[in-house]
This record gives sequence, structure tokens and C-alpha cells, in this order.
Amino acid sequence: MALFQIAEPGESAAPHEHKLAVGIDLGTTNSLVATVRSGIAVCLNDEQGRPLLPSVVHYNADGSTVVGYDARKDQAVDPKNTIVSVKRFMGRGKHDIAHIESMAYDFVDAPGMVKLKTQAGIKSPVEVSAEILKTLKARAEAGLGGELVGAVITVPAYFDDAQRQATKDAAKLAGLNVLRLLNEPTAAAIAYGLDNGAEGVYAVYDLGGGTFDISILKLTKGVFEVMATGGDSALGGDDFDHRIFCWVIEQGKLQPLSAADGRLLMMRCREAKEFLTKNPEAPITARLSTGEMVDLKLDVATFAEITRTLVSKTLQPVKKALRDAGLRADDVKGVVMVGGATRMPQIQKAVGDFFGQEPLTNLDPDKVVALGAATQANLLAGNKTGKDDWLLLDVIPLSLGLETMGGLTEKVIPRNSTIPTARAQEFTTFKDGQTAMAIHVVQGEREMIADCRSLARFELRGIPPMVAGAARIRVTFQVDADGLLSVTAREQTTGVESSITVKPSYGLSDDEIAGMLQDSLAHAKDDAMARALREAQVEAERMIEATEAALAEDPHLLNEAETARIRNAIAKLQEAAAGDNRRIINIAMDDLGFETQEFAHRRMDQSIKKVLSGRKVEEIGTGDEE
Amino acid sequence: MDLTADFFALFGLPKTFRLSLSELDSRYRDVQAQVHPDRFANAPEGERRLSMQWATRANEAYLTLKKPLERAKYLLELAGHDLQAESNTAMPADFLMEQMEWREAVMEARAGGDHHELEHLYQRLRGDIDGRYVEVAALLDDARDYALATDRVRRLMFLEKLLYEIDDALASLDD
Repeated sequence: MALFQIAEPGESAAPHEHKLAVGIDLGTTNSLVATVRSGIAVCLNDEQGRPLLPSVVHYNADGSTVVGYDARKDQAVDPKNTIVSVKRFMGRGKHDIAHIESMAYDFVDAPGMVKLKTQAGIKSPVEVSAEILKTLKARAEAGLGGELVGAVITVPAYFDDAQRQATKDAAKLAGLNVLRLLNEPTAAAIAYGLDNGAEGVYAVYDLGGGTFDISILKLTKGVFEVMATGGDSALGGDDFDHRIFCWVIEQGKLQPLSAADGRLLMMRCREAKEFLTKNPEAPITARLSTGEMVDLKLDVATFAEITRTLVSKTLQPVKKALRDAGLRADDVKGVVMVGGATRMPQIQKAVGDFFGQEPLTNLDPDKVVALGAATQANLLAGNKTGKDDWLLLDVIPLSLGLETMGGLTEKVIPRNSTIPTARAQEFTTFKDGQTAMAIHVVQGEREMIADCRSLARFELRGIPPMVAGAARIRVTFQVDADGLLSVTAREQTTGVESSITVKPSYGLSDDEIAGMLQDSLAHAKDDAMARALREAQVEAERMIEATEAALAEDPHLLNEAETARIRNAIAKLQEAAAGDNRRIINIAMDDLGFETQEFAHRRMDQSIKKVLSGRKVEEIGTGDEE
Repeated sequence: MDLTADFFALFGLPKTFRLSLSELDSRYRDVQAQVHPDRFANAPEGERRLSMQWATRANEAYLTLKKPLERAKYLLELAGHDLQAESNTAMPADFLMEQMEWREAVMEARAGGDHHELEHLYQRLRGDIDGRYVEVAALLDDARDYALATDRVRRLMFLEKLLYEIDDALASLDD
């Protein structure tokens, strides 16, 4: 069979081919895709040589879509079917969205996440984002000339679980293999730190179109350690546009505007904001559909004055993050500016004053996140070249907790815990004979449940009847390296175990994703089944390759019988992958996974011992002890 | 070594309270460099899960050993001594009196917005706490008097909490 090349023991199973991996900055205003070519991270441009893709999706009546610059032209003429800044709606309910009254869309309030009514049907923000990602994926595959093995998608560091899950779902819907969700400021730090060989504590101030993040990172030889992060996932450059918009309405004494006029004026306000980064004064002119003319001039000082509260609103999270990191402003060696909105002079001045130093702007603030993500994607895909190796230790931005009696929150995992992390908490029944218990998982820093974000509610049933307080229910929170949570609960006194793993309620089930995939593919000539089969075959191929490599590397960790069982499972998987039954392939993969579990443990153990050996234990205990 | 090995063993460190933090840092990083999910991003599902478990364990171990109070509590737990932190809060009367005085001083300084006094209280308490850890180190590592160490660690739990409250008060004055 041609698909799989079996290597002899001692030989590397896979030839050293460069795997195609990309980093994607899925931004509120613009999105980018980047990759590492000949060791250098570069943005991939569109056919006209433009790196940015405006995050705008226009839905046509026949269900087809236009994405990017062409869609942006439609926003003033057809605002209801042209979705801009969709990132603001990811994982958000209707009541969570600021300035919703000035938005031109027909919102549909759906459980968990708001949806938008377009002429092509009701679309969730996940679907809209997937259109942007599909466009970038197509750009990358055309530019690189092959199928991608995976992508690193960036998210604001301050995104909560709902927003992260929505982003990952969008990537899956776009047919991307998500290697990792990476925090935007961390991505910027990678791009910056690796370029400059920096060491020490750095602050990354990231003001995007719709989100604000601050991350405090410690860079030491080969390790990027996030010490604390903070922000506001509903504060960005868009809000500065909105302030100018309100100022224009007030100055021009304008009557309530139509949707199209509103969008037109908002575009003019954005242009004025951008103009003011290099000029002392910006004209704002527009002819409205009512015949009214808007003709105003905005100067830098007035702009700074009307946005003063927004600027100071970004400094609160900065102070909090520094405190969480146990540091002061003067401990910070450099401040990296990220996001187009940091071009505003009043931002640069405020940040410079706060840290007592000029912020660093030597990397293009629009591109730095995508470049860092591409660099990380290259590493995760396994394209490292020996010396190019680093470790990234990131944190969870918001505390996770449970509802307790009286509507209070009990924190289970505090914010800024390094991920992956897990914590177990024990609960008991409060009534005799109680057989069920409701568990409500929330995220946020506030004491009252109502002030935190509700992530999931589930019920643990089948607790054996006991007197009050006798049952012991252990609830385990696990946060993975993408910052995503899963919760397991188990009653453990009686041997009768009952456990459940929840996926938070707003997340899409695999079936829903499959359904959406089928819908979207109805427009293309592709076939969802064929694609799913191909994906299973690729996964099988990868698994066999990895197992062969492990067998070649560490044959001494297995006895003959164990090796034979694994080889047998490999052979069965090869046979299954050559066929066209996806279920049989999955079963064969599960079998191989089961047979190699112990082997994987031993390999992990060996690698830890190896890295710790050669150190002298007796030297410890002196030096900087407490 | 497996996932149930104790935190000291995970990093190949001796089971003592006295600990070189720089050594802990570098071992933690070495272990994470081997087990972190980023090393297995493109690996089969089973290995990815295993890596998450190991990396989670390494993070928990690091967090526990890094902070002296957590490290002391963990050593007592390994030695089979229950801190009874929640069920048994009885402390000697003189210790409690002292605590009340501290708390009053903090409240007064906070109400008066006295940044300088809070800073002074913080430094004084910090010094007191550091001295107590020297005693705990001797009890745990040299005398192996776990009963007395348990009592001292319980006092430190109160004091660390107080220190945190002063820090909180300082932060609220800054805003």
C-alpha cells in the first residue's frame, strides 16, 4: 500500500519534510494568515498583494458569501447582510453586547449565543467567523501549494471559555486542524522576543478593534512565561470610532439616522481616527440620505478629550495585572504595543507615561500577532530545527468557580493559573436520601453568581441514598492548553460511581458541527462524507507514523509480547485505513491507542528522568532558600 | 515514576522544606519542556491526553513547592499529619489576641487612608513571617517534630492571610 511507508527499526519513519502550518490572527477589524518560510515568518498576501483581510462577510440571497475588501464596500448599501466586527458576538448573548442599539443587524436571541438574521438565513457568529477562516485557509493553501497540517488561531488573552470555544468551533467548521488557540499578546511576545533575543519582564499592551489585553511576561532563555494577564474583551478601537460618532451627532445636531446613514457616518469616523494618527486635524464630511450635509473638523486635542475615559479604562487592567504578577511598573523592561489602535497618539502617550518609558513599536502592530502565531504553528507542527526551540507557559485569564448556597461563587481555579491545570473540590448532600445534585459552573472574579458568566449547568444523578453529608462528590475542573474547560463529577464513597463530562452549553456538539458542515458543503461540490473519511485516514496515518517512530526510538521499553501486540494493532489500522469505512478506522485507532498507552507513559517517564539526570541532588538545599 | 509520584520526586528534589528556588524553577522548566502539550500538538489523541495530565501535574507540583506555606503543608500531609485547618480552629488565646491587634491596626490605617502605615505594617509582618519559616524549616528538616510543626504552620496560615489583606488594602488605596 502506497500511503504508508514502513521504516526499519532504527530508521526514522517519516522523511524530514516541511509540514505546512499557519498562524491566523482572527481579528475584530482585520484578519491575517502567516507562515514560516525558510525559517522566517511572513504574512501571506492576497492576489492583489494585500496582507490584511477585512473581517467583513456579506451574505447574498443565494447563500453565497463575499469576504474581505469587496464585502466592506457593501456595508453602507446593505448593512443588514454585511457583518462587520463579528468577533464582538462570539460566545456572547444579546444582553452582553455594548451599543447594540446602534447596530444595523436583525439580532435573534438564541440560548448562549446571539445570532444574526440575513437574507441567506439565520447565521451564528461561529458560522460568520468560519467564512473568514475559510477565505484565509484557501489563501494559504493556494500560496503554499498544499494541504495544511494545522493552524494556530489567536484569541484575545482575556477571552473567556465561551469565546474560546466559539473560536475553536469556527476553525473546525472552516476545516482547519487547530494545533492550538494562542493568546494574542503571547503571540506578539514570541514574534518580538525571538526577533530581539530579549530577556527580562515585558508588558504587551494589545488594543485591537474590539478587545483589549494586557499581558505581563517573563522571558528567559527559551521560556516565555506569562505571569499575569488582564483586559476587557469588549473594549477596542471600535469604541473610539463610536465616541467620534457620538461627538458628530452632537455637534451636527443630527436626527436619528437610518441604518445605512449610520454605517456611512461610522466609516467616516473611523477614517478620521486613522487620519489623526499622522495629522493634527481630520475632516469629517458626509452627505446623508436625508439630504443633510455633515461637514466637521476634529482636532487631536478634542479627540484625546472625548476618549480620555476609554484610555484610562485600559490602565485599570494594567495595574491589576502588574499586581497579580507581584511587580511594579518600573520592573518592566519593555512595553510592546500591539493592534492597530495603539497607533493613536493619546494611547502611546498614556502607556509611555504609565511605564515611564517609550513603548516599543518596531514591529508592525497589525502583523505581529499573526507572525508570532505562525512561528508557534511551525514549532507545534514539528518543523523545529534543533536550536529553534522554546517553551510557552500561558495562563487562564479569569477564575473558574461553582455556585454555592445563596447565589455565591466558590472559586475553584484562580485567574492567572498556569495551564494546563486541574483542581478537584469535594461536595456533599444536604438532605437525607438526596440522589441528585445540581452543579453550576461560572467564570469571573465577582462574589455573586449573577455577576459572573454562566458556563454550564448540569445535574449529577444516581447518588446512592445516604444521610445528609455522607455522600462525597468530587468535582474536577480540567483546563487544557487551549484554555478550555471540562468538568467531571463523581460520587466516591460507595463504589457506585457516576460521572459526567460536560461541554459548556454554548459549545457546539460534534453533530451540530457536522450538520453545519453539510449545510455549507451543499453549496460546494465537496462531499462531507468523503472529507470525514479523508480526515480519519490522515489521522490514522499520523498515528502510525508516530508509533513507528516511537518503536524505532525506544524499543528497549517494551518486552517482546508488548511489541508484538503494538505491531499487530498497527497492521490492523493499516488495513482499516486502506478501506473506506470511517467507523472501522476509528475503532482500529482506539485499539492502537489502548495498546500504546503504557508505552507512552514509559516514554514520558524516561524523558523526565533523562532531563533530570546528571544533576547533583546534594547541591540543593543551599543557596537562595527561604 | 508515574503520575502519582510525590511532587518532590517529580522534580528529582529531596523531600525537604529548605529548597533552592532557582533549582526548582529550572527543574520545573526542564520537566515541562518534556511533557507540555505543545510538544504533542501533532501527536495522536491518547498521547495528547497523557501530556495534558503530566503537564497539569507538573504545574500543580510547582505551585505547591514554590510557596513556603503550601510546601510546608504538603510535607506535613506526606508525613501523615492532618492540619485540620477547617474543622479545628482553636488557637491559643495569646495568639488570637495578637491577631486581633494586628487586624485593628490594619483597619485603622485603611480607614484613615494611611498608605505609609500600611506599608510599615506589611514590612513588619513580612519580617515576622520570614522568621517563622526559619523555625518551620528546623522543625521539619532537622528535628522532624511534625506535631510542633503542624502548630506553627497553622499559625502561619493566619498570618499569610493577614498579609494578603494588608496587600489588598494597599491596592485599594492605590485605585
